[in-house]
Amino acid sequence: MRPQDAAGDPLALPKAVPAGDRGLLVAILVGGMAGTAVRLLLSELLPHAGGSWPWGTLVANVAGAALLGFALVRFSSRAPAASRARALVGTGFCGALTTFSTLQRELLEMLDAGRAGPALAYVTVSVVAGLAGVLLAVRLTRESR
Amino acid sequence: MSVAIATAAVLAGGGGALARHFTVVGVAAHAGASFPFGTLTVNLSGSMLLGVLLGAGVGGDALLVAGGGALGSYTTFSAWMADSDGMAREGRPQAAALNLAGSLLLGFVALLLGRAVGGWL
Repeated sequence: MRPQDAAGDPLALPKAVPAGDRGLLVAILVGGMAGTAVRLLLSELLPHAGGSWPWGTLVANVAGAALLGFALVRFSSRAPAASRARALVGTGFCGALTTFSTLQRELLEMLDAGRAGPALAYVTVSVVAGLAGVLLAVRLTRESR
Repeated sequence: MSVAIATAAVLAGGGGALARHFTVVGVAAHAGASFPFGTLTVNLSGSMLLGVLLGAGVGGDALLVAGGGALGSYTTFSAWMADSDGMAREGRPQAAALNLAGSLLLGFVALLLGRAVGGWL
């Protein structure tokens, strides 16, 4: 595959950015702090008691998955600027905005509260909406290029 | 949430993102790129650590900083989704399904295991 063809298939690219580049590490740190701040803000704005439906995490995860789909296509080249944008938006912001451990904890809390049905619904909606978000974002971003 | 705690959680989140990056790059260098073992590693280890905190009775601001900030950022949902979508796109739907179901199941087991260890500590 010629390097410029990589733009046509962003998800075949290396997903991570090269280790050791200080600029990339700063981008990941800054993006990670911003993503964490937005996720915590969402959980403050959409509070939920243990065992109830966790809207904050769901919104953060689905929005972050869609934004990552966009970023992987939009910044798919191997140029340094694109690597840095991928580190900032993808690895940093989207990686930190979205979370797997909190999702698992919320599932456990729902199950502990005897709410197996909502727990199953929560994990199903998260995965289906997350996949749909990535898929649509990749398609729409490709079409707009 | 006080400004100091929010700041600490955000800084911890930045550290979590860097730790995730180094772990993913390190694992991928050994395990290759045919399956997203790097993302799986951060998600399983992060879930287990969160379980340890919960089992050990860590709560309040400490849980917000270490669990919500650091581990929330260290583990990731978006790469899990993008990896799975990418495998399906490459014509490997079984691998994608395995990544989805396997991560979910193992992540939950890791959380329970961590909680048991935390309670025992």
